[in-house]
This record gives sequence, C-alpha cells and structure tokens, in this order.
Amino acid sequence: MAATTSMVTSLTFTIPSLGLRLPTRSYPCVKPQRRFVRKAASNVITATYELKAPPYPLNALEPHMSRETLEYHWGKHHRTYVENLNKQVVGTDLEGLSLEDIIIVTYNKGDILPAFNNAAQAWNHDFFWESMKPGGGGKPSGDLLDLIERDFGSFERFIEEFKSAAATQFGSGWAWLAYKANRLDVENAVNPWPSEKDKKLVIVKSPNAVNPLVWDYFPLLTIDVWEHAYYLDFQNQRPDYISVFMEKLVSWETVNTRLEKAKARAAEREMEEERRRKEEEEGKPTNEEDDDDDLEMYVDNDNDDSEAE
Amino acid sequence: MALRSLATRKTLTLALNSTRLAQSRALQTFSLPDLPYDYGALEPAISGEIMQLHHQKHHQTYITNYNKALEQLHDAIQKGDSSTVVKLQSAIKFNGGGHINHSIFWKNLAPIREGGGEPPHGSLGWAIDTNFGSLESLIQKMNAEGAALQGSGWVWLGLDKELKKLVVETTANQDPLVTNGPNLVPLLGIDVWEHAYYLQYKNVRPDYLKNVWKVINWKYASEVYEKESA
Repeated sequence: MAATTSMVTSLTFTIPSLGLRLPTRSYPCVKPQRRFVRKAASNVITATYELKAPPYPLNALEPHMSRETLEYHWGKHHRTYVENLNKQVVGTDLEGLSLEDIIIVTYNKGDILPAFNNAAQAWNHDFFWESMKPGGGGKPSGDLLDLIERDFGSFERFIEEFKSAAATQFGSGWAWLAYKANRLDVENAVNPWPSEKDKKLVIVKSPNAVNPLVWDYFPLLTIDVWEHAYYLDFQNQRPDYISVFMEKLVSWETVNTRLEKAKARAAEREMEEERRRKEEEEGKPTNEEDDDDDLEMYVDNDNDDSEAE
Repeated sequence: MALRSLATRKTLTLALNSTRLAQSRALQTFSLPDLPYDYGALEPAISGEIMQLHHQKHHQTYITNYNKALEQLHDAIQKGDSSTVVKLQSAIKFNGGGHINHSIFWKNLAPIREGGGEPPHGSLGWAIDTNFGSLESLIQKMNAEGAALQGSGWVWLGLDKELKKLVVETTANQDPLVTNGPNLVPLLGIDVWEHAYYLQYKNVRPDYLKNVWKVINWKYASEVYEKESA
C-alpha cells in the first residue's frame, strides 16, 4: 500500500545551482541501485551507484553471446560507466539522485551535461542484461502479444521493424520497444498509430547513450548496437547479432512484466491528472510547484537516421 | 536545380557530372581501393585480422551502400521525386562519408619499415610546432579528444584553408571532416570506431590511440599539407 502511494505521488523539486526543475518519478521496473556509504572521517553521506551483475552467469547465454563478450561488456564497459558516474557526481547536486533522475536532468533538453552519458549507459546496460535470459527468444503471449499485434499488425511484422531499427542505427546506439503513454512523438520512432493516439507500443532507435526515458516513454525491451556488444562474437555482422538476439535471447517474460508495470503507471498518472483537473475546476488554488504532470519533454533532435552529434 | 547543386558539391565527392548525366543514364559507382600494404604489415600496432575486416568488410559495406544510395538518388532525380532526394541525404552522408574517411585512413597509415611513425619534416613539422607547440602536444591533444569521443567517430588533424592554420577536430559516426566546415582539409584522420581496434585493444581505446602513432604516415599528411597550403 505504501509503495502504491509513493508511486502515485509525483513531486517536483529544484536543484538550486542548476536551476533545473526535476520530476521525481518512480520506475517500478528498475530496482533502486543506490547504496549509502557513511564516510567515517568526513561524516559525509555519499551515494554511490553499484555495478549490478546480470541475472545469470556470464557464460549462460552461450553459444549466442559468449562469456568473453559478457566479461568485457559487463565487466569492463558497464563497470567503467558506473565508476565514472560515481566520480562525476560526487560532491555535486546530482549526488544521491536516482539514475533515472540524473538521466532526465542531465539530458538537459538534448544539450547534454557531462554526467548524462555515464548515467544513461549505466542504466541502459542494466536494462539490457535484464532484457535477455538463457533459453530466451520465441514468442510472447497474453497482453503483450495482443498489443504487438494491434500496434504492428503481426508479431512477424514487429520483429521485422525492430530488427530494421537496430540495423539502421548509424554508429553506436540502441533500439527499443517502448510503451508510449504521452503525446510526444519522437522523430526517429516507428509509430504505428497516428500521433494523437497514445498508449501504444513504439519502436525507437537512439544514438550513443540516449534512451526513451528522456522522452517520457516506458522502455520495455532494448538491444545494444554499439559494436562492443557484438564485435567479439559477430565482428561486422550486426544483422546476425540482432537475429540471434531476437530468436534466442529476448526474455519476453521480463518485457511482459515491464509492460504491466508501465500500463499501471500510465493509469496512475492519468488518474492523477484527472484529480488535478477536477481540483482546478473546483477553483482550488494550485501549487505553482506542483504542475509537473505537464512534464516538459524534449525531443532528441536527431533525424530519422540518428546521426548523433 | 537540385541536380546542379548536388553535382557541384565537393563535400560528397559525388562523381556525378551534370552534363554527362544529361546525355546518358550511366552512373559512376565506387569500388574498394586496394590497401597500399599487406594486412599484416602494421603489426603489432594494428593486427592483420583487424585490417582485413576493416578493409574487406567495413569499408566494402560503406561502398556498397553508398552505391545503392547513389542509384536511388539518380532514380529519384530522374523522377523529380524531391522527397526521396532529401530522404537519401543521411544515407549518402553516412556511407559516402564512410568511404571518404576510410580511403584517407588507409593512406594515413604505413608500415614502420616504410616510414610509418617517422615524424613529419619540412613545412608540416614547422606548422605543427607553431600551432600546437610540438608534435608531442599535438599527439596528446588528439589522443585526449579521440578518447573522449562518445560512441563512434573520428579525430582529425585538419588544415583550415581560410584561417591558414592547423586544427584538431572530431566528427561523429562517419561524418567527413568537411561537415565541420567547408574550409577544412583532412591531413590525418584516426578512426575511433570500436571496429578499428576492438579485436586487439577491447575496451581500452587509449592504448589503441597510443600505438597507432607508430604507424602514422606523416609523409602523406605532409604532401597534402604542402599541396593545400601552397
């Protein structure tokens, strides 16, 4: 009950030195990763972000994704993002914020601040590891399959479009399946329905570290298409890597769980908006600081082919 | 109109010639240039396996997709399909840029026994000292900028023909140097895409950057500099 309440609550606070208003939101699909450490000497509390291990042994995805790839990708690349983030935020106003909040603040309307890359990459990799499982692949079922069929015509069509997004992301980046419950359309997204209709699934690709949180979408599934994700196993054959990922590695259970949470979260937001609207109609004075449901969202300025700056 | 401006743009080295196009529908396509040395000749700085994949697979794919995009562009122009002409620009920039950049990159490298890594003499050497203090500081600057580049891209030593000075620049993905400014001429480009070093250096891009200088062909950079600054 308490958890539900806190999920419904949406607050805004200000980071004075950045002058940025920051929505605090909970992403139920992401576990908190902060560990508070009290430094004995200085008596200062610092928040550090932990490198979370993938939810399976590093050799568990073989032969589709090698242990060596996981050792470097998780053990070196992901670790470096987390370590560099910790160095970057220590002693700043970002310290102690959730990864999600750091991502949104430092995205900074697309004019990204230094901590963005490390924060977003730390988050993206956690999300990526959890998007896979040994013996994955196959076909989803239930609500997820229904929505996929509704929004993409068929599961096969969805696979085709997801693969195409991942293959055509120029340079380093990610491809995503996301649940879109707002009215913002991102330019490089495959939007199966006209933009005025929200609450639908979308496929979107993003350059480098960018992820759909910055557009206020709910990410459901991702594939990393940085070369380091596949080069040891597939070299230049990105399309083969993408096919193997879809056919052998995707954890549809995880995607399904994320979808259920996203739908619940979107419904909560809607109720919250409705409640607020009613309050306004009843002429109650509204708190200036409490209008974050009109969350400002910033479209990444990349074109369809996501050639990043 | 669109055809004329495209054909005269040097930036994409579109080998389209408007008069020839008017006469025939033939379209010049591009093919993979030979490497001026063996795949293994840059070892141990860059492994033969990397060089072979980089040249035969990556560069070839840029060329294949560039040719494809040019064909589609040609058709779209013939049909007066402006929307497709515009839509093709990103594929042309990416794949055409990939072809331009790699063609320069191969010439920027040389085996040690053929002068790879030998510091520049003559006017380029002087210009580097004047603009950066020393070759060492230039290398440091390029290594730092190359290491800091997020994602995929290139770090360049360029000549700004208007300001008549040397500049260090980075470009994202396969953007050629000229996308940073029409007066910029590439003297030396270092590929910092992961495919350029991953099989050998894995996540440690700074080590690749440190070692690549052992096989840099300064003679080529000097020739371009002398020609372009004359």
